[in-house]
Amino acid sequence: MLEVFASGFSGLIAGFLHLSMPNIIMIVIGCILLFLGIKKNFEPLLLVPIGFGCILVNIPLADLMEPGGFLRTIYEAGIMTELFPLLIFVGIGAMTDFEPVLENPITFLLGAAGQFGIFLTLVLALALGFKELEAVSIGIIGACDGPTAIYVTSQYAPHLLGAVSVAAYSYMSLVPLIQPPIMKILTTERERTTVMKAHKKTVSPTTKLLFPLVITIVGGLIAPKGLPLLGTIMLGNLMRESGAVERLTKASQNEIANVVTLLLGISIGATMDGRVFLQPQTLIVLGLGFVAICLDTACGVLLGKVLYVFTGGKVNPLIGAAGISAFPMSARVVMREGQKYNKKNYLLMHAMGANAGGQIGSVIAAAVMLSVLKGMGII
Amino acid sequence: MDKFTFGVTMLVVGMGGTLLTLGVMSAIMTVLKKAFPYKKEGDSEKKS
Repeated sequence: MLEVFASGFSGLIAGFLHLSMPNIIMIVIGCILLFLGIKKNFEPLLLVPIGFGCILVNIPLADLMEPGGFLRTIYEAGIMTELFPLLIFVGIGAMTDFEPVLENPITFLLGAAGQFGIFLTLVLALALGFKELEAVSIGIIGACDGPTAIYVTSQYAPHLLGAVSVAAYSYMSLVPLIQPPIMKILTTERERTTVMKAHKKTVSPTTKLLFPLVITIVGGLIAPKGLPLLGTIMLGNLMRESGAVERLTKASQNEIANVVTLLLGISIGATMDGRVFLQPQTLIVLGLGFVAICLDTACGVLLGKVLYVFTGGKVNPLIGAAGISAFPMSARVVMREGQKYNKKNYLLMHAMGANAGGQIGSVIAAAVMLSVLKGMGII
Repeated sequence: MDKFTFGVTMLVVGMGGTLLTLGVMSAIMTVLKKAFPYKKEGDSEKKS
């Protein structure tokens, strides 16, 4: 009888006995992510489910990520199939107004410059000894675009998914801290105080409606391997601009995006098992992700300086920093920095153009990257 | 293929392809804007 009691009791303490140091560290990291999301308001919609998923997966013997476990089921259904990032993209397309970039299509180029960090970081990762597809997944952190990073990494380096996703979302939320010093270092006082003329409304509803169709067809033909990314964001935008399917647009903006964000976050957190996550490689990935976002910002500002020269001082180089996908956070940072040096300078709409360009740019960069890899026979 | 060749190819073709694609899109959108210019509300009513 006593033995039966003892064995029954051992079942209650088995979890404590199997708790390893990596598990404890990851539970603390999960709590830190929750703290950042809840108290500091850093990307709470993602950091809260990621942090909680991280805690869940590090509680021993629950087997949540073993075959049949509920986190494993969600992960396989949505991440392994790439469904979650694509559904998120439908929502992003439905939420985003691309009018600022259409007002001034040259800002597409600032969106392209903001992707330099992806490719430069890829080269750095190769130099540090990562394999080709791992380097691609690490470089994609520079897209500053969580769903794109998850889409690429889940296909080509799933063992890095936790580190890449956490880096992508954490640095996106730290854009207001990362970008201003780089913007200041790379520009002169005179450049920063450049006042840009306000746009007049020049985009017709027909152009706005044709935009997603043209981008899908042209982008799909150039980079077919990235069509799922491009097609879903543009489908969302077409629904928004057509006004014909208001229910679907609202569902994509709200219910679908919310449910998928929850499931996406918790499944990313579930990849943060201490035994896999706590390796020197993870720290290097986080470091390279930081470098990628700094390089994106620097290259965007440098192209802004080129445009400043070519337009005879009509473009404020600061807007180049908004050529990344952190929308609209980066545009707000540019606006704030611009006003720091000239209170009468309203750069928001110009920066929104570059920022919307950056959003398309990140998707195009990933699409081009995948198609080049396909062309080289690597995937 | 060695890592150096892979890295340089991705840098040149990848970044070049991204710039080219976005450049093409920028040009197409400029053409579309000219083909379908913005009209203020009431412009068409005045003409008719």
